[in-house]
Amino acid sequence: MSTTRKRVYGYLAEFKSASALYKAAEKVRDAGFRKWDCHSPYPIHGLDGAMGMKRSILPWLVFFGGATGTLTAFLLAYSTQVLIYPTVVQAKPVNIFTIPAFFPVMFELTILFSGFTVLFGLLALMKLPRLNHPLFASKQFHRTTDDAFFIAIEARDPKFSPDATKSLLEEIGGSNIELVEEEG
Amino acid sequence: MATATETKTAQQGPKLPVLKREKLILNGRSYHWITERICGVLENRQPFLWWLLFLPSALIAAVGVGGGLFHLVSTGVGVWGNTNRVMWGWPIVNFVFWIGIGHAGTLISAILFLTRQNWRTSINRAAEAMTIFAVMCAGIFPAFHVGRVWMAWFLAPIPNANAIWQNFKSPLLWDVFAVSTYFTVSLIFWYLGMVPDLATIRDRCKPGLRKFLYGLFSLGWRGGNRQWSHYEMAYLLLAALSTPLVLSVHSVVSFDFATSVVPGWHTTIFPPYFVAGAIFGGFAMVLTIMIPARFIYGLQDLITMKHIDNMAKIILLTGTIVGYAYLMELFVAFYSGAKFEMEAFKYRISGPFNWAYFWMMGLNVLSPQIFWFRWCRENLWVVMAVAMCVNCGMWFERFVIIVTTLSRMWLPGDWKYYSPSGQDQLLFVGTIGMFLTLFLLFLRFLPCINIAEVKWTLPESDPHHDDHEDHPDEGTEPIAAYQQELSGNETAKA
Repeated sequence: MSTTRKRVYGYLAEFKSASALYKAAEKVRDAGFRKWDCHSPYPIHGLDGAMGMKRSILPWLVFFGGATGTLTAFLLAYSTQVLIYPTVVQAKPVNIFTIPAFFPVMFELTILFSGFTVLFGLLALMKLPRLNHPLFASKQFHRTTDDAFFIAIEARDPKFSPDATKSLLEEIGGSNIELVEEEG
Repeated sequence: MATATETKTAQQGPKLPVLKREKLILNGRSYHWITERICGVLENRQPFLWWLLFLPSALIAAVGVGGGLFHLVSTGVGVWGNTNRVMWGWPIVNFVFWIGIGHAGTLISAILFLTRQNWRTSINRAAEAMTIFAVMCAGIFPAFHVGRVWMAWFLAPIPNANAIWQNFKSPLLWDVFAVSTYFTVSLIFWYLGMVPDLATIRDRCKPGLRKFLYGLFSLGWRGGNRQWSHYEMAYLLLAALSTPLVLSVHSVVSFDFATSVVPGWHTTIFPPYFVAGAIFGGFAMVLTIMIPARFIYGLQDLITMKHIDNMAKIILLTGTIVGYAYLMELFVAFYSGAKFEMEAFKYRISGPFNWAYFWMMGLNVLSPQIFWFRWCRENLWVVMAVAMCVNCGMWFERFVIIVTTLSRMWLPGDWKYYSPSGQDQLLFVGTIGMFLTLFLLFLRFLPCINIAEVKWTLPESDPHHDDHEDHPDEGTEPIAAYQQELSGNETAKA
């Protein structure tokens, strides 16, 4: 252990409440940082704006995922029922007028494909799953899923400096400021 | 998107009198208390009562589902009481019963989310779990009802040597797609909703296998807003997708009946009637399992009487809709002048199965009506009794719809009384055991209340909570037209 080199991940600072985190986030945003995040036990309303984040692009992915589902169901039903192997059941038509009977399956597959797109799109956008993260090396970070609010500013941010960033975090009300290091 | 500058200018002038909202979490509990209490359910030793329920349930599940299906597969579906005429019988009654139970979970998690009913946060996790387990129980019946269960893959559109494709015009195939989509999307919804809470448990575990497993399933969640932002969008999307889905699933189940030309089934009222009934039965099951769980694990501050009151009101509403549908069925049969339709309903009321019809009417339509009285909604024994009545009543509804109709169709030569076999009963009781077993395991291993969302409903979770401490958020901006009324209204100044 003593021989391993450590790499600095960044600073972690605790804030006492959701509103303190919110106000601090606005100041970190205005200081021009890019590689940083606010950690909280629950989603905080409006924090996206306070952090200067854009709206999630997930709905676009899901739109195309859902459209793929509709099309898949239509092609599956139409090609098997009308084009390749038309079977007359209960004297129902086997031509273009059959299409309304395919709507329920088209609807269900739209939802199914959308659901899968939500799942995998979300994981991709969150860059998860991952088995470990430098922040888990922190002694206090585990409280973020309980009752603590943190701001983490990463060292790879061009604005990061060991002293100035620390004093910024102190200035905006951060406490328990910790330099998080990862095993190199 | 609201920014900090907007909110500073928002609170000015007199306020409209607005009823104060009841608190969702009682006794001013802290974030840490919520974490401790909910995680405590699965971290502490289970109470004796848990074992007392778990062991018999697991035994019933093993004998009923395990043994029952083994006997069924090794012998043949003839061991069921199904006949040539009543070809659906108990298995499909039970299928519709269980699939209906599942609907309350998605209703609570999706529709109440879209309508911003924040009280859902205390009960949605358990209700979603119930959905998953109920759909698992439901799936057993049609899968084995196909006869040769090893041929069940014929339900899926897979190219095969016979070059026969599924009939996409058939409601039975729609049902395959609807139910499997419902199960999959509900599972995704349930699991994604649980990821932050699994991370909470992970962060409380000592290093070891337990921590590794919770860590694996929490996917490395860190609660960063760059995750929450996408996560909340995903949750909203899933809610928006599940809302039409939940309405479609029981509509499609009702199409199994409504698209046939059978008197008593061939009615346009079926889809809304089935959906209302499903929500009705599902809420009853939520109450049936949540009231004891709340008591055993001391969750009274999280699942308050307000929650139970709301659910009782939904049962009253949907029960009344179901009652309306029963009466409307009779009226339409009479008003249509269709001879066979009228005969079908006359048979339901006065035929040999009329006991089931009157059980259905009494349990589903009359019993919830006592929820008009506040003290009935506040007495947990009464609530529990009504919930049990509704659970039974909804089973009788499906029995009435399926069995009375099939036992007397077009050909008088086919008319025959139907009785289930012992194997029918064994499997049904087995699925009840399976449902309880799965639910008890859920309580043992997974967070039964949505920790993150419950924390979110606390007043201090609003980032602008501090900004307007001097005027708490209980009024809205005055509207000019109401100023006159307001000046005379003393409560406005309070």
